[in-house]
Amino acid sequence: MLDAVAVLSSGVGLTLTLTALSLIAGFLLSVPLAFIRAFARPSLSLAVLGYTYVFRGTPMLVQLFLLYYGLSQIEAVRASVFWVILRDPFWCALLTFSLNSAAHTTEILCRGLQSVPKGLTEAAAALGLKRLQTARLVTFPIAFRISLPAYGNEVVGMIKGSSLASTVTLLEITGMARQMVSATFAPFEIFIVAGAIYLSLTSVTVKAIQFLEGRLSTDGPPGTRRRLRPKPALCEPEITTPTP
Amino acid sequence: MGGFAFQFAAAFVVTLSLALVSGSLGTVFGLLLAVSKSAAAPRLSRVVTAYTTVVRGVPELVIILLIYFGGTTFASMVAGRYVEVNAFTAGVIALSVVFSGYATEVFRGAIAAVPTGQTEAAKSLGLNAWQRWAFIIGPQMLRLALPAYGNLWISLFKDTALVSIVGLTDIMRVAYVGAGSLRAPLTFYLAASALYLTLTTVTLVSIRFAERRYPAFGR
Repeated sequence: MLDAVAVLSSGVGLTLTLTALSLIAGFLLSVPLAFIRAFARPSLSLAVLGYTYVFRGTPMLVQLFLLYYGLSQIEAVRASVFWVILRDPFWCALLTFSLNSAAHTTEILCRGLQSVPKGLTEAAAALGLKRLQTARLVTFPIAFRISLPAYGNEVVGMIKGSSLASTVTLLEITGMARQMVSATFAPFEIFIVAGAIYLSLTSVTVKAIQFLEGRLSTDGPPGTRRRLRPKPALCEPEITTPTP
Repeated sequence: MGGFAFQFAAAFVVTLSLALVSGSLGTVFGLLLAVSKSAAAPRLSRVVTAYTTVVRGVPELVIILLIYFGGTTFASMVAGRYVEVNAFTAGVIALSVVFSGYATEVFRGAIAAVPTGQTEAAKSLGLNAWQRWAFIIGPQMLRLALPAYGNLWISLFKDTALVSIVGLTDIMRVAYVGAGSLRAPLTFYLAASALYLTLTTVTLVSIRFAERRYPAFGR
């Protein structure tokens, strides 16, 4: 049991690296996509919807295998400079996770952007802000705060999803656990320890997101915080939907 | 590729039945847990909360591996000789556990969203606990839960792909075997994606239809 804790802890680094990098890449990619999805003309919005629909509608395992095994079938890819990246399981996993996370985050942020009250952007325009300034200073911060609970689910989902990297030979927590089980054949102890490590990671994340929600909320007592913004209008306040 | 069409068809049935069986079991279990969490003593509801927290905080893959490999060890220990738990059974157990964990939270949220006045009115009319759940809280709660519950089914169909890792011949497994034997991974994984996308699209459309047919009361 203690051996398992020691061995599996060495996989935590890779799990966290994969999760953090793909969340960052996914977020950076999803911000412009969410704006296009929410506000651009229908043809562009539909194109983004096509991307998010396909990535949200298929299992991440299929996407990972498609990139890792599938792309090598195309000669042009093998000949290109990208092959150095695409033959490496780490970069493949990272690319898949980033694209998958970007698709989920785009839809989450899009819902946030659409629920920003119209009066606020009109007020910003009346104050003479340019469109980019309005997006940066008004629309996005409010949309982010509205989307934060749903984005928290996505972060937790990504920590859990990173366990798929073990299927392409990467030795993160699950990979370490599977290797150790095949050597010792003590599945109970090892997988339970692995589960406990994941559980602590996800619990800390949930707490951190809740803390951030508290910090960013405008519901505090008056006087302590300038009350510039109205309360976020949640789409479905009674049920927090776990995003698929 | 032609010979694999039949294999894909058989695998499609396997994936579909895995999802339907574990989704149904998970729903029943989730409903029971949600009702007991909302109605029963605080000690019991803490146990239910612990269950849902653990199930939702651990990767589905780890749960599947634990139940498949752990289940084999456990069954062998009980039987006194080597017994292998088949992948379908392990998959059904693991996915039901996962589904029930999420479903409990969805149903609990929906139960909490039914106004307390409804329960009080039912009590004042002399309905007993069973009647209150069956005729007053139940129908309203299910309608409120429908959108989030539909999302759970979509996730479930995607999670079934993970059971291929422990050797169940589902869509993903057939794609993996075909990709290896014909050296055409791109074709096979694209075919698998199309099948999964069909499954999730059909689920999404039926959920949207159900939402329109049974909207939440008073909306």
